[in-house]
Amino acid sequence: MRLGIEVSNITKKYNGDPILRNCSFSFKKPGVYILTGPNGCGKSTFLRISSLIEPPDSGTVIFFSDDNPVPADLQLRRRITLVLPKVGVFNATVFRNIAYGLKIRGIHGREAEEKVNRALEFVRLSHKKDQNGLTLSSGETQRLGIARALVIEPEILFLDEPTASVDQKNSLIIEEIILAMKKENGPTVIMTTHDQSQANRLADTLLVIRDGVLSAGGDRK
Amino acid sequence: MDSIIESFSKALSLILNLDRELREIIFLSIEVSGTALIAATIIGLPVSALLGFKRFPLRGAIISMLNTFMGLPPVAVGLFIYLLLSRSGPLGFLALLYTPTAMIIAQTILAFPIVASLSHSAIVSVDPIIRQASMTLGATPLQISLAIIREARYGIISAVIAGLGRVMAEVGAILIVGGNIAGFTRVMTTTIAMETDKGNFELALALGIILLTISLLINLALYFIQKRGVAGVNR
Repeated sequence: MRLGIEVSNITKKYNGDPILRNCSFSFKKPGVYILTGPNGCGKSTFLRISSLIEPPDSGTVIFFSDDNPVPADLQLRRRITLVLPKVGVFNATVFRNIAYGLKIRGIHGREAEEKVNRALEFVRLSHKKDQNGLTLSSGETQRLGIARALVIEPEILFLDEPTASVDQKNSLIIEEIILAMKKENGPTVIMTTHDQSQANRLADTLLVIRDGVLSAGGDRK
Repeated sequence: MDSIIESFSKALSLILNLDRELREIIFLSIEVSGTALIAATIIGLPVSALLGFKRFPLRGAIISMLNTFMGLPPVAVGLFIYLLLSRSGPLGFLALLYTPTAMIIAQTILAFPIVASLSHSAIVSVDPIIRQASMTLGATPLQISLAIIREARYGIISAVIAGLGRVMAEVGAILIVGGNIAGFTRVMTTTIAMETDKGNFELALALGIILLTISLLINLALYFIQKRGVAGVNR
């Protein structure tokens, strides 16, 4: 029933320079997939293409449920979400930021409030809920981004370098959040990081991108 | 010097006693400028959104034109509307010349480029990451646009207030198309001009003080709105 992704022969160029070359992978099982590799290797591009934010130059991204392909429409986009490295915080309270995904789905009132409060608790930001989202530290901002994504209960959660610009304390909190998601049978997580040790700590499946070429590091757990 | 002080004290007495004529002039001014501003906002906001979100031929030319029209000379607008609405003009049959409606039309034309252009600037200044963030959360194109407009709200409110400042202080256009008819189309700015000409400074000064107060309040509102918007970003 859970969504999977079949990425086939993805190629992407920026200004004529190849960023991704014939990358293919099948995200079938739930769990935490970590894409790692040096800066500029194409991890984020791969993630953006896989999450349907950006089209590839060639190749296909097909989502499937029970082996049946799912059309790439708004309904599908509402079953997945991507947290960008620069989260894109609205000039509103933390609470309203997190409630946004619910609001656009027509979920309001007590139901929305309960979901937002749960998400806030999960990312340990309950004490900041009435604060303007733009006033948070970079680590808290990433946690806000994760809460904003989790509140809409995605089946696949893409995280693009969530710990790249945060301090060690927040980095550990984010790792704990990801592990807690896994423990609570949360969404499939597909995450990029250039931190190899973090990749080793979190990954069920490790993927490596080097010079635009994707290779599977294998199942780790 | 004594006559200035005397005029001031009489003007203050007119304000404090809320003279009937003064009251009517103030209410008509607010009615005309307020209606014009609402009309300019209703037309200007969708135009600014269209220019901010869509790419189409002549978009650049329209933006340049709006920017140019922000400095439209009121007398030129007044003359244009006069020619349109005069008995021999193409819209003469509407019999709108020398009515508050004609004044509203003129002020709408003056406020529209300000509201549209400044709102457009506010919309395009929103960080592009907001569009992507909304998209990743499953927003439809309309919901994405609304999220961006919401982020631009302080700039848009500033644009509307700037438009209000423009029309409240305007005299040339409404004098031409309104005719400054007592009790019918006489507003604060046209009264000030006329009473000054007549050497009747008390009423002119009283209205001048009120106009300045309104202008000060508008600018204070603008200052606090901009401060609030910037505070949200910088905190």
